[in-house]
Amino acid sequence: MATRENEPTSDGESAGGRPSPERPMVRFDSVTKAFGDNVVLDGLDFEVAAGEKLVIIGPSGSGKTTILRVLMTLERPDSGMIEVGGEHLYHEERGGKLVKASEKHVRRVRGKISMVFQHFFLFPHKTVLENITLGPVKALGVPKDEARERACKLLELVGMEGKHDQYPASLSGGQKQRVAIARALAMQPKVMLFDEVTSALDPELVGEVLGVLRDLALNTDMTMLLVTHEMGFAKEIGDRVVMFDNGRVVEEGPPRQMFSQPREARTRSFLDAVLDHE
Amino acid sequence: MLSTGQLQQLFSGAWITIQVTAYSAVIGTLIALVGGVASLSGSRLLRWFTRVYVEIFRGVSAIILLFWVYFTLPQLFGIFLTPLQAGMLALGTNMGAYGSEIARGAIQAIPKGQTEAAIAINLSPFHRLRHVVLPQAVVLMLPPFGNLLIEVMKASALVSLIDLSDLTERAQNLRTLRAATSLEIFTAVLVLYFLISASITLGVRALERRFGRGLDVGGGLGGAVK
Repeated sequence: MATRENEPTSDGESAGGRPSPERPMVRFDSVTKAFGDNVVLDGLDFEVAAGEKLVIIGPSGSGKTTILRVLMTLERPDSGMIEVGGEHLYHEERGGKLVKASEKHVRRVRGKISMVFQHFFLFPHKTVLENITLGPVKALGVPKDEARERACKLLELVGMEGKHDQYPASLSGGQKQRVAIARALAMQPKVMLFDEVTSALDPELVGEVLGVLRDLALNTDMTMLLVTHEMGFAKEIGDRVVMFDNGRVVEEGPPRQMFSQPREARTRSFLDAVLDHE
Repeated sequence: MLSTGQLQQLFSGAWITIQVTAYSAVIGTLIALVGGVASLSGSRLLRWFTRVYVEIFRGVSAIILLFWVYFTLPQLFGIFLTPLQAGMLALGTNMGAYGSEIARGAIQAIPKGQTEAAIAINLSPFHRLRHVVLPQAVVLMLPPFGNLLIEVMKASALVSLIDLSDLTERAQNLRTLRAATSLEIFTAVLVLYFLISASITLGVRALERRFGRGLDVGGGLGGAVK
């Protein structure tokens, strides 16, 4: 980020800022990320409102997963700014200047976000319950008993009660993913990222995971960013759909319009290709 | 046949061998874990330092290292060590160098998604290592560590050269005294060394089972991805 380290924010407001209802929950400001010659985020600008359920679609390799990974701080952007809940994620104010954030600052802002992965990434050496309580106990400082109690409630929420003491290896893919969702929820994030969470599942297990996601989308005010190929599901729960290709937003709009009357030819051809398979 | 007194001498020698091995193992394991983590650290200085350490202490023969520690340190720095201290220092640092490489390989073998999931629940770098990466890496380290430990146990016979009355030294004594035939003495010593190494093997197996809970040990980390 060397090139932009000392620049002020584009709107001239002070860094850090106070979260306010008008401010978006997530804001990307000319975010660029390249892997070698492959530009995956090309000066990306976009905002997600608090409580919004945003569905990101696009061909594979279009960089849509990178949006989530950069937000989760799994990849560092090459340049640009990201704000979460009105605070800079990768920058902080020091002596009136906006500088590269310390690990401590990143950790604090990152606490507002959690993520569910395509391949679950449950901790195989920990039981279902331990997978869920690890973050609250070690990162949030929640007392063990309380963390356990909350984990039990979350397991109920995702329909996995009675599996507390099993190890992940003994669970089906759909069960693993539901535990992974509970693990992320246990961090009480304001923003949840879902990275193709049903893509690695056998077809008959997709429904149980989508069911949990549907409950979350309809019954919580969490901000959700979902990268998915489940178009029917996207139409049902999404407030807004973003079509992403070649590192840029091609088109965005409410699901009804995006799926029935896309304006861009690129969106149309992508949807044709995907929907043909369904 | 060996008399009770002679057997007792061999047993007390075996006890020294066990002590040298155990202390060396503690030093070696600590160095190995620190070295394995340091060799993958973000700090170039730390990586470089670990590299140099590993190359030197792995490259120097254990016996020269032992003589150096025991005979040279007093001359150079006025540091006087007992034979037991010199033995565990030489063997421990040597084991640590080999062990660092084992630890590094095991840590690198843990899928990157594990660290990413740990970041997604906002664990600090230390907690990621302590609660997510190392517990899984240890399971991969244990079998080669068991091998290494047996090597160290056998190499501990070198301390007989700096007048520590270990199993080998006792056996040599008995032979010089012609108190029993070489066949009797060395058969007894062979059995004793084997019993120690068999105990190590059983101990490491038990640790593998303890740390391998939930993991598909033997068939890789089955639960880690998909």
